[in-house]
Amino acid sequence: MSTLSIHDLRKSYGALEVLRDINLEARQGEFIALVGPSGCGKSTLLGMIAGLETVSSGQIRIDGRLVNDVAPRDRDIAMVFQSYALYPTMTVRENMAFGMESRGVPRAEQESAIRRVAALLQIEPLLNRKPSQLSGGQRQRVAMGRALVRDPKLFLFDEPLSNLDAKLRVEMRTEIKKLHHRVAKTTIYVTHDQVEAMTLASRIAVMHRGVLQQFDEPQAIYERPANLFVAGFMGSPSMNVLPAVVASLDGGPAVEVLDGLAVLPLPPGTPLPKAPGQPVILGLRPEHFVVPHRAQPEQTVLGRLRADVEVVEPTGSETMVVLRLGSKEITARYEPVDAPRVGETVEILVDMAKACLFDPATERLL
Amino acid sequence: MADATLVRDFDPLATGSAARRVRSKALVYALLTLFAAFYLLPIGIVLLNSFRELPDIARTGFFAVPETLTLQPWREALTSFCLAGACEGIRPFYLNSILMAVPATIISTAFGLLNGYILSMWRFRGSEWVFGFVTLGVFLPAQMTLLPWAYVLGNAGLTNTIWGLILIHTVQGLAFTTLFCRNYFVNIPDDLIKAARIDGAGFWRIFRKIVLPLSPPIVIVTVIWQFTGIWNDFLYGVVFSSGDRQPITSALIALTAGATSVRHHNVEAAATILAAIPPLLIYLFGGKYFVRGLTQGAVK
Repeated sequence: MSTLSIHDLRKSYGALEVLRDINLEARQGEFIALVGPSGCGKSTLLGMIAGLETVSSGQIRIDGRLVNDVAPRDRDIAMVFQSYALYPTMTVRENMAFGMESRGVPRAEQESAIRRVAALLQIEPLLNRKPSQLSGGQRQRVAMGRALVRDPKLFLFDEPLSNLDAKLRVEMRTEIKKLHHRVAKTTIYVTHDQVEAMTLASRIAVMHRGVLQQFDEPQAIYERPANLFVAGFMGSPSMNVLPAVVASLDGGPAVEVLDGLAVLPLPPGTPLPKAPGQPVILGLRPEHFVVPHRAQPEQTVLGRLRADVEVVEPTGSETMVVLRLGSKEITARYEPVDAPRVGETVEILVDMAKACLFDPATERLL
Repeated sequence: MADATLVRDFDPLATGSAARRVRSKALVYALLTLFAAFYLLPIGIVLLNSFRELPDIARTGFFAVPETLTLQPWREALTSFCLAGACEGIRPFYLNSILMAVPATIISTAFGLLNGYILSMWRFRGSEWVFGFVTLGVFLPAQMTLLPWAYVLGNAGLTNTIWGLILIHTVQGLAFTTLFCRNYFVNIPDDLIKAARIDGAGFWRIFRKIVLPLSPPIVIVTVIWQFTGIWNDFLYGVVFSSGDRQPITSALIALTAGATSVRHHNVEAAATILAAIPPLLIYLFGGKYFVRGLTQGAVK
């Protein structure tokens, strides 16, 4: 049974349609990330699940119950806001107790819930402080604590880490993951950061311009992006895209890139996505490029390219190299020891078994 | 509430030479002293006259150093001077002013808070228009409202009553209090209200537990503004009250316009200062917050 199910959901402000045909479901205990660039409608969708935005049409069900017109307080949800939204005049304890007080939970029960959650999040020493006396990371914890005390069916997170500095953000990301493992509550997590989505979620919903682009497990989204938008948005550096034409090589299927600059084989037996001579778009992730001497025996479908090195960007654990291929630039991942120098011309292999092909007209995966 | 500071981080004088710093400081203080003296002079003269014997004033005029000092004018002003038919000094009128200004201040501030809360956090279709019309009241000259008020008070049976004046000042003040509170509350983040909604709080609970505790700065501003405005009001008092129902400001006129041939300048001076004390006290205690509230207005 799914905790949250969303069916054909639509939202418009007058003539402006901000969300359309959203279909999603979250199973018990799942961690769903809603990810997309700003303005894609992900926060609006979260607001609709919370009951802070009205539903134009479609259905939202929590634990099977239709909640379209149910007030936020009666939806059995808790939410963590980007700004934390801690009540500034109340202490941490009062902040955590506020929701329970509103619902008339007995005082002894409130106290034990606060103690339990404070221990879980290690915020006991902060209970009597005001939000203004807390650091960013502590506020973040308290905001989560306030959501946790009520033991709701559904947790909603609205970009909870985007106000933290980079180092703290990574720490808190791990904290949230640990926390989710421990409490195993169904969670909907909005973020614009694809790394956050990849690391935290059990499934990711990628959104763009009010439309759900793909809803799948992180690895599937990364390896088989449903369209060019998802391909470009998920993964850093982005997937390289090259215009190509369906061709054949040694009798097998292949694509020809950059006006015949190179012909790259497709895995044998691949049904031709289009008739030979038709244009396609070839998507290659930076790690799909292989230095010739590192090619593994199981990597049998390899294409070969020659390119000029334009930029070398070491990150320590790996080195990103921008290569010029005719009129196009592509980014390839190198082991630091293999990294070429700027100005060199290198030969590099492409693991075509992992390549993605897209339709240039519909931008969909073929 | 974040501590507001009126000291600028950047000191422009620090960028000049030492000599220039000294010259500039000297000039600034000389000017300030001059203006302060200029501004304080009338109050000083009134204060001095309130301690002088009447013959002394008659002989040497207003602008003179007192020959002897006496508290008699103060005693008279407070207890025995005859005004509007009674010989109890200004006390009854003082009481009238308090009975008028305190409730009118409290009621208009309370409604201003509520209006501001609704117009900033519970916006409805057309609420911007409502707000626009309410603030229009800020720009209406009081004289324009005299006839309508005469009509209203007459029909409500409140002519020449303290309640009539309370009603007038409450309604006239709403434009200001609503404007102040609404502009303060729009700076309270929406997320707080959303979080409270999810936490199960309703309209009144959010108002009481979240909005009001954030409001002291704007309450102080509104109370100072309203109290001084109402206390110092002269127009409505003169027009809509008479005899022993008058507030102190309009009663003071009776001091000077008495039928007696001899004017008691020293008693007038003492009564004027007494009448000015409450707003002064309010400024003294709340002035710091007043300036903050008017300039800051942000909730952090």
